[in-house]
Amino acid sequence: MNAPSPKRDLLQIALFALAVAAVAATARSGVLLNFAMMALYGCLMAQSWNLLGGYGGQFSFGHALFFGTGAYAQAIAQLQGGLNPWLALPLAIVAAALAGLFFGALSFRYGLKGSYFALVTLAFAEVFRIVSLSVPFTGAGVGLMVPLREGAANLQFADRRGFVALALALVVLGLLATTWLRHSRFGAWLQAVRDNEDAARAVGVDPFRTKLGAIGLSGALMGAAGAFYVQVFQYIDPGIAYGPHTSVEALVAAIVGGLGTLWGPVLGALALHLLADLTRSLFGTLPGINMVIYGAVLILIVMFAPRGLLGLGQSVRQLWARQRADAAAAQPREGLHG
Amino acid sequence: MFDFGILFPAVLNGLTTGAVYALVALGLTLIYGVLHIINFAHGAALMMALYGVWFLRQFLGLDPYLALPPMVAVMFAAGYALQRGIVNRASHGKDENILLVTLGLSIVLENLALLVFKSDTRTIDTPYTLATVAIGPAMIAVPKLVAFAGALVASALLLWIVRGTDLGRAIRAVAKEKQGARLVGIDVDHVYAMSFGIGLACLGAAACFLLPAYYVNPQVGNGFVLVAFTIVVLGGMGSFAGALVGGLLIGVVESLGGLWFGESLGQIGIFLLFIAVLLLRPQGLFGARA
Repeated sequence: MNAPSPKRDLLQIALFALAVAAVAATARSGVLLNFAMMALYGCLMAQSWNLLGGYGGQFSFGHALFFGTGAYAQAIAQLQGGLNPWLALPLAIVAAALAGLFFGALSFRYGLKGSYFALVTLAFAEVFRIVSLSVPFTGAGVGLMVPLREGAANLQFADRRGFVALALALVVLGLLATTWLRHSRFGAWLQAVRDNEDAARAVGVDPFRTKLGAIGLSGALMGAAGAFYVQVFQYIDPGIAYGPHTSVEALVAAIVGGLGTLWGPVLGALALHLLADLTRSLFGTLPGINMVIYGAVLILIVMFAPRGLLGLGQSVRQLWARQRADAAAAQPREGLHG
Repeated sequence: MFDFGILFPAVLNGLTTGAVYALVALGLTLIYGVLHIINFAHGAALMMALYGVWFLRQFLGLDPYLALPPMVAVMFAAGYALQRGIVNRASHGKDENILLVTLGLSIVLENLALLVFKSDTRTIDTPYTLATVAIGPAMIAVPKLVAFAGALVASALLLWIVRGTDLGRAIRAVAKEKQGARLVGIDVDHVYAMSFGIGLACLGAAACFLLPAYYVNPQVGNGFVLVAFTIVVLGGMGSFAGALVGGLLIGVVESLGGLWFGESLGQIGIFLLFIAVLLLRPQGLFGARA
C-alpha cells in the first residue's frame, strides 16, 4: 500500500475546487450550472457512502435513512423552530450524524455484518418512511414546503452559482474528511476492521467504536445532502426523503467510481449524471428510466470492473506501462542482433 | 374484539395469506441456504411472475391455475440462466458482489416494469374471484383457500426435493461444505444455478396462487420481499421448517395486527419484529445455524 502523501491529496483537492469554481464563475448557460450543482450533490452522497462502504466495508442499502433525517431536520428547524436556514444546516448535519450513531450502535452492537447489515439498513429506511407518512410533524403524505424567500441570507440563492458554491464547499468538506481517513490513525483502524475484523481486534482495535465513528461521519455527510436538497427544491415528502432512490444513487455512484478511493465517488457521480443527462436528451423524461440505467450500470461495473472506473483506469495504465516496458526490453536486443 | 366469531375468520385469513408468504420465503431461504447470500431481486422476480400470470390470462385467456406448469418452468429457467449468466459471473468470489448484483437486478426489473406497465395496478377476472365458502363461522374466499392448499403442496414438494432426491443431497452438500462437495465430484456451479432456479420456480407457483385474489403493480414485490426476509430471519436462515412455520405465523400476526391496530401500523409491526429478531436473535427462533 503506497498511499500518496496527504500533501498530494490536499493539492489535488485545491486544484479540483479551483477548477469547479472557475467553470461555475465563467459559465453562461443555466444548463451547465444546473448540471454542476446536481453532479456535486451526487458527489456528496457518493462520498458519504464511500466513507462507510468503501473505507469501512459496511454496505448500506438504506442511506436514505440519513438523507431523510437531514432533510426533515432542515425543513422542520425552519418551519417549527423559525430558525435561519444557515443555522438549520449544521443542526441537520448533527441530526443525521446522531441517526447514524443510533443506528450504528444498534446494529454493530449485535455484530450485524454483510447481507444482514444491508437488510437492516433497508428495513430501517422503510420504517422511517412509513412513520414519516403517519406522524403530523413531517406533514405526513403531503410533505413539507419551505416558503420561498430568495436571498443569500436565507440560503435560497436566486443565482444557481450560489448553490454550486454551497455544494462545492460541502463536497470539499467530504474530500477533506476522506483525506483525514486516509492518513489518520482512525482511518487505519477502520481499514484494518474492513479487511479483517478479528485480526484488527487482536492488535487492539475496537471494531465497534471504529465502525460507529465511520457511520456517524457518513451519516453527517448524507444529512448535509438532504439539507441541501431541501434548500434547492424547498420541498420534502416521505417518498423523497426515505424512498430507495437516494440510497441507490449514493451506492451506485460510489461503486461505479471506485470504492475506498478519494476521487472514485466524485468520478462516479459525474459519470452517472452525464449518463442520466444523455438519456434524458435521447428518450425524454420517462418514469424509471434513470433507475434502470443506474441498476444496469451497477451490474455491469460489478461484473466487468469490480474496482470501479478508477480501478479500470489503473489497470489500463498498468497494461500500457507493461507493454512499453516490453517494447523497451525488446528494442536493444533487436539492435544487438541487427 | 376477542370474540371467536371475529378471531376465527381473522386467524383463518392470516393462515391463507401466510401460506403464500411461506412459499415466497421458501424460495428465498433455499437460495440463502446454498449460496449464503440474500437474493435482493426476490421481490422483483415475484413481480415479474405476477405480470407473467396476468399476461397469460389477459392475452391468451389462460386460467391462472392452469398457468402453473408454464410459469414454474419459465421462472425456473430464468433463475438458472440468471445465476449462471450474471450472478455467478459477477461474484468474483466475493459475497458483497452478489449482494450488489441482485440489488442491481431488482432495480432494473422494477423500473423496467414501471416503464412498460406504468404504475397502474392491474387485476384479473376469473369466475371464482368473488366466490366464498363457509368454514364454521368464517367466510373464506375460494382463491385464498386454493392458495393455502397449493402453497402447502408446493412446500411439501420442495421439502421432498431437498430431502429425498439426489439433487437435494447435492444441494445440501454444497450448502454445508462447498469444497468438499466439489472434491466428491459435484458440479457446484450447476447446483448453485439449480437452487436459484428452484427458488424462483417457487415464485412462479406463488404468483399463480396469488393473482386471482390479489393485484400486480411494479412495486408489488417490495411488500412481499420484506415480509419474506422477516420470515426467513424469524425461521432461521436456510431452515425450511422455519420458513413454513414462520410464514404461517407472520400471516396470522399481520391479520390480527390489522384487526386490532389498523392496516399500516400492522405493517410497521412486521418491520419492527424483523429488526428486533435480526438484532436480538439473528440465528432465528429455530436456530438452524449456530
